[in-house]
Amino acid sequence: MRAQRRKGPASAVVDGVSFSLNRGETTCVVGESGSGKSVTARAIMGLTRLEPALSVSGEIWFDGKPLHQMDNPSVARLRGRDIAMVFQEPMSSLDPLFTVGSQLTESLRRRHGKLPNQNLRTRLLALLSDVGIPDGERVLRSRPHELSGGMCQRVMIAAALAGEPDLLIADEPTTALDVTVQAGILALLERIRTERGMAVLLVTHDMGVAAEVADQVLVMYSGRIVENASADEVFESPRHPYTAGLLSCVPALEGEKPSVLPTIPGSMPSPEQRPPGCAFHPRCARSADRCSTETPLQTQKPGLEYACWNPIEPTFLPMPTADVPTHTAQAPKEDAR
Amino acid sequence: MGYLIARRILAGIPTLLGVTLVVFLILRLVPGDPVAGLLSGGPATPELVAGLRAQFGLDQPLPVQYLSFLGDALQGDLGTSYATGQSVTSMISGQLLPTVQLAFAAALLSTVAGIGLGVLAAAVRNSFTDGLIRVFSVLGTAMPTFWIGLMLILVVSFQFRMLPATGSDGFQRLILPAVALAVPAIGVMTRLVRANVLEVLGENFVTALHAKGLSYRTILLRHVLRNAVLPAVTVAGLQIGGLLAGAVVVETVFARQGLGNLILQAITRNDYPVLQGVVIVIGALVVLVNIVVDLVYGAVDPRIRSSLAGR
Repeated sequence: MRAQRRKGPASAVVDGVSFSLNRGETTCVVGESGSGKSVTARAIMGLTRLEPALSVSGEIWFDGKPLHQMDNPSVARLRGRDIAMVFQEPMSSLDPLFTVGSQLTESLRRRHGKLPNQNLRTRLLALLSDVGIPDGERVLRSRPHELSGGMCQRVMIAAALAGEPDLLIADEPTTALDVTVQAGILALLERIRTERGMAVLLVTHDMGVAAEVADQVLVMYSGRIVENASADEVFESPRHPYTAGLLSCVPALEGEKPSVLPTIPGSMPSPEQRPPGCAFHPRCARSADRCSTETPLQTQKPGLEYACWNPIEPTFLPMPTADVPTHTAQAPKEDAR
Repeated sequence: MGYLIARRILAGIPTLLGVTLVVFLILRLVPGDPVAGLLSGGPATPELVAGLRAQFGLDQPLPVQYLSFLGDALQGDLGTSYATGQSVTSMISGQLLPTVQLAFAAALLSTVAGIGLGVLAAAVRNSFTDGLIRVFSVLGTAMPTFWIGLMLILVVSFQFRMLPATGSDGFQRLILPAVALAVPAIGVMTRLVRANVLEVLGENFVTALHAKGLSYRTILLRHVLRNAVLPAVTVAGLQIGGLLAGAVVVETVFARQGLGNLILQAITRNDYPVLQGVVIVIGALVVLVNIVVDLVYGAVDPRIRSSLAGR
């Protein structure tokens, strides 16, 4: 996948991003603001088509269907039914003028069409109790401004579930919420993923969130995936120096407290200012000559991909073949399942 | 709701008092003497002039004149016309309906056409149609109503002989004046609605609605329209004042019955009571319409309603 602004410099916002999602698993996309994680998430749903300034190329396969070849109405038919999305700011993601009940009904109709009133009511209440809202009757009559942020996010999740999707994309679903509410929402997402066996793509900038729920972690930096591996691999032995840097910035709850939190020096370049070679090399302690001239390719091992010329070797394993990585050309195929 | 209505009506009282004071003072500050005008037909002896001045109460100090006018007005008596000797209240009530009809017809037309054109322009933004609508709305805002009226008479009545040019009876004779009066208001409304729709289209919840899989049409006509039109309701209310004032001009162009006719004659004769009466009645209408608009706003926007109920 490649996303590029139509006007201005020809530098891609997102470039060479390729990954696949598995049913029943939570995949976290982690990265700083501007790393392209949201654009990637929106592109899967075809929401980037609504932004005239953005041009997305590449392939998106969903359940054997090539989404990138479909026209807008066909993609719109998948939205809300097969792929659903939850957004960062729940308070502003609901129409302020309509009741929760009527907005949830719109979502239910995506899968079930028109329902008789009694049936509809039962289903609406079931949906709300499923996302942990006990007084459904009141919430159905409420409008978004009468609800708290956490409550709105639960309603958004209920709306997403109404279409019984196979893939749920959650774009920073807890960022705008209080910490205590965050935990509840994450637990809710985990519970419904297990119950319904759907795939969850969770976009977050918070390594802590990823550590809690991820089966698979995609680390993005300046529009590229720098590491894509199972959660165990990423958190136990990160290969990419950027991933390692991100992890070291998370303050530990136990042990000796450092007087100054470690940080990665410098800041992420914008797409226009992206340096040649590896975009991370100016900030990287392990950078070599090659890093500033050649863009690293995604090194693939089963369950482990990273884009680095000089990866961190896992300390607990001997890695005899580490200097002969198997290169694959930029995978043209994109599998969203 | 009753509390809200009462509060709005109370807030309207100082506004109206201000209107009476301003119109009273302005009339007496501008040059021109009503008595001299009345006596222009014959010899104006000092005795006659003094007699008339005493009869109209113009020999009293200004504060006394104002207070007695205010006291009468509170009892529904707006005085007696200097020129005709008729009661101002009955003169106005005889001419009020055609003017109100004209103003409200124009308000309805500008709201409906403005919303329609504004939404259309926003839906096909930056296209040729959008450009056309934008040019029309700028031109409409820039053209004076009397000129639009004259052009309509010239083209529609004289050239194509489709609608009568003058008079005030029946729906047919309302169309041209209402259009002439509405054109600038349509321009304002179109631009406002277009901008609002574009703003709402950029809101987060619109992206969320797309993610829900709703069609663009449903999103635009069901969700965006309602959110975008709300602020326009307030502007529609504010425009009523301008439309009532504009009606006075348009009535003259189309030789229609109404307050315009009344006020024109009163101005030429310095007929203070009639002028004061008309201005106060129009002021009261504007205040009333804005109260109604506030209530409508509350009915359409639940956020306003609950914030008012909470007080």
